[in-house]
Amino acid sequence: MKGEKALFKPDTLTPMQKLTLRFVVIGLVYYAFAVIEGMVMRIYQIDPIPLITKNQFFAIMTAHPLVGIFGSTYSIVFGAFLFLVPFLMKKPLWSIKLGNWTLWLIAIGTFMFWFSGFVSHYAPLYTLYWPLPVDFTQFSVVGGIFFILGIALVMLGTAFFVINVFATITYTPEGWAKQPAGALLGSALGYSGFKNLFTKNKKEHLVALPVAAIARGTVDVALNAGIILFTGVLILVYMVFALFGVSLKDTAIDALLYKNWFWWGLDLVADGLVLIFVAGTWYLLATLITGKKLYMENIARTALLVELVVSWTVWSHHLLSDQAQPGFLKVLSGEMVTAFELITQGLAFFITLATLWSARPLKMTNPLKFLLGGLLGFALAVPAGIMQADIGLNRILHNTQWVIGPHVHVAILVGLAMTLYAAIYILFPILTNGAAFYSQKLANFHFWGQLIGGVGMGAFMGMAGLHGMLRRSLYVNGEFNTYMILAGLCGALLLLSFLAFFFNIVMSVGINGVIGIFMPSKLKTKEVLPAKA
Amino acid sequence: MIDSTVVLNGQTLAYTFYCLAILLVMGWFGYKITRPGKDNKIANALFYSFTAMLVVLGVSLHIVTFNTIPWAPMDLNRSEIKADKIFDISIEKHKFTLPEPTLNINCNEKVLFSVLSHDLTYGFGLFRQDNSMLFQMQVVPGHPNDILWQFDKPGVYTIRSTEYSGPAGVDITLKDAVIVTCNETATN
Repeated sequence: MKGEKALFKPDTLTPMQKLTLRFVVIGLVYYAFAVIEGMVMRIYQIDPIPLITKNQFFAIMTAHPLVGIFGSTYSIVFGAFLFLVPFLMKKPLWSIKLGNWTLWLIAIGTFMFWFSGFVSHYAPLYTLYWPLPVDFTQFSVVGGIFFILGIALVMLGTAFFVINVFATITYTPEGWAKQPAGALLGSALGYSGFKNLFTKNKKEHLVALPVAAIARGTVDVALNAGIILFTGVLILVYMVFALFGVSLKDTAIDALLYKNWFWWGLDLVADGLVLIFVAGTWYLLATLITGKKLYMENIARTALLVELVVSWTVWSHHLLSDQAQPGFLKVLSGEMVTAFELITQGLAFFITLATLWSARPLKMTNPLKFLLGGLLGFALAVPAGIMQADIGLNRILHNTQWVIGPHVHVAILVGLAMTLYAAIYILFPILTNGAAFYSQKLANFHFWGQLIGGVGMGAFMGMAGLHGMLRRSLYVNGEFNTYMILAGLCGALLLLSFLAFFFNIVMSVGINGVIGIFMPSKLKTKEVLPAKA
Repeated sequence: MIDSTVVLNGQTLAYTFYCLAILLVMGWFGYKITRPGKDNKIANALFYSFTAMLVVLGVSLHIVTFNTIPWAPMDLNRSEIKADKIFDISIEKHKFTLPEPTLNINCNEKVLFSVLSHDLTYGFGLFRQDNSMLFQMQVVPGHPNDILWQFDKPGVYTIRSTEYSGPAGVDITLKDAVIVTCNETATN
């Protein structure tokens, strides 16, 4: 009940520590949702489960990535960054209250869209290809309204996160000398670094590299939230009219223009903030693990800025199979600019490895081994993505299991998740004031299960894709069962490894500790960590 | 024209080789960083060589595929290529409508498949008897969606929608709807 050696004492936590831990707990609960849903779909692809209808299956497929991205990843990442920005800048978060609003809006919004999908089987998938989200011959209007409102709540919480991050970087805390807000913002966004390239008197960077990465990724977070909110309102207008018996003409919206618009926004997640946040997290982890300065720091900063610009111009690789899409967009945005991601992510990979190398011999701790796993995940997934972002290859890969297996799931489950786990393992003692992990054996099992399960599942899905198996489809005659059974076994390993991790965390802080995280802090301080006795 | 199976086999080989190599590199790296070394400094030349390699790889992939995968240039220039045969196909309410029950094609003919959607976004793909894909494209409502393909082998293909269009459209297939014959012999 009290956790490993009763070292975790929730009463000693600052409001900031509690806020971050709440984000992590909610993020892990939604990760469990996503993993279980994923496993249900894996089993269904082998042999349809009689209790689950086809409509329910696609409702799960719709909710699964959204719960994984918004409910889980956004929670963990936002929690970590709301802690790290003030921690690294050595000043309090601009507003802990706003941080709590972000937490609960994401938690409630995610539950709302998940539950409305579960009950009403609203299933237009995350792509929302027009006019499917307003096809009320297939979907319930009321279910759709609650689904979209849930997403809107998440986006509102996201907007609060964006405000909090930039306000924290630029504001002057009470009792401090006036902070140069403009210069801080310029440094965070890369303007001053860019200016340095062309001036003799080079200015020092005012914000640390991880904070710069967080700020630049947060730009994409803001743009993405704007696109999703706008699209949600558009869909909501059709739904509200339908509720009153008025059917608006769906041809009023150009399906291709809408697809370009929505993919531009969606890609700010997949090819923008994820890559920028991950690179920033790698740099932070590498410097924390080694205690050394980052290798080629100036180039790392420039690469982050390039990645931000690249993320605004790569969306067309999702439309390489759309024949009405202009050819120059396919070649320029879809192929050429997308290839830059190989370069920017490759540089982040090399710089992180070089920083680690400079400090050897290192002890193979949990953060280090998960960091290496995360690096490997992106080393596998990014080239897979570059291959499908090719006009010739896309013709035979688009919408197959190749896209969702070796590229998406390896990037998320191995690259992103293992990077986040590395961050959790390294921040755990800081956030808990020195709590101890319950079992290293469980941590080891977690590592190998996540790595083998993630790579294995992606590989078998990819093999099925290369043999013609589509994503977003059902094969009920066992056409690809060999691959699906093997992918299912790897998925089961992923589930087991997550359960091992979750059990390890709960046993480390105790049931009372988990409850204590959600109780108000007894320390009346804005500081990130408690004052040392 | 090179068959898509050949391209996929090449891709499988290249990607598998790369995966094995990167797994070995990361395993080696994980082992080496736990051991003391003589020189921990990374030469800048190595970094810049690695950067140059990434640039070359990123750009050359598209140049190589454009020059070796025949449908890539044909696709980009299809408005300037005269098709030997054109099939106008439509799709509405999760159902394809073909100009004739079976689309018969002679070997080496350049065939344009022009597909119009009257409601949702769909896909259009041809699949071999073993379920592997010959090609696919997206079918967006309100826009022309056409693909030019040259068949140089006899075969029987199933048409399948390759894009999700709601649970009602999970199995939009027309089995054995395309027949390609060479010298008046249809085999697969």
